[in-house]
Amino acid sequence: MAEKKIIDARGSFCPGPLMELIAGIKMVGIGDEIEVLSTDRGSAGDIPEWLKKVGHEFLGSREEAGVWHINLKRSK
Amino acid sequence: MVDSNKISVVVVSDKREQLQMAAMVASVGAVSGNEVLVFLSMNALRYFVKGADEQAPCEGPVGKRMEQKKVPPFKALFEQAVTLGDAKIHPCSMAMDVLGIEQGGLEDYIGEAMGLTMFLDASRDGQVWSF
Repeated sequence: MAEKKIIDARGSFCPGPLMELIAGIKMVGIGDEIEVLSTDRGSAGDIPEWLKKVGHEFLGSREEAGVWHINLKRSK
Repeated sequence: MVDSNKISVVVVSDKREQLQMAAMVASVGAVSGNEVLVFLSMNALRYFVKGADEQAPCEGPVGKRMEQKKVPPFKALFEQAVTLGDAKIHPCSMAMDVLGIEQGGLEDYIGEAMGLTMFLDASRDGQVWSF
């Protein structure tokens, strides 16, 4: 498996983090993991919803000092 | 209740908040597996003339705050709706004629001019949002 890709979307507002993720997910292989860093609270809820809708695996998220770390795996 | 994945967005306003919300609906809708059709008309169309850099005026405090924050520009979101989500964006043929805009005069991600009859037909059986 490739090294986990980090998408640093800190400071970007909705839907910026989601759009950065969608651009970034095309750059990794199926089965690869991505971590999105976001300071946008709405995106922390929206990204897992988007993953569920389009069929990628949500691995979990945590918030540290105002930054959400959203982890996922490209499934298709 | 609409049972379809079609989302049509009519954009006529030249105000920043309206354009931003339209772009958000179009981009997020498109990348979430929906068939998105955007129809640009009236005062919204001029922002999509190739090379246009006019800033859309704000309606209220949120628009002013958006200027200061790192909010994705609405034109970038519309372009991402096309490039990442395969949305279709068409200018209104009437507005093109009124403004004297030729087909090649709009940004490259904008499709061919569309008449209202065609738009209404294409947007049947789906959600229609107006800004």
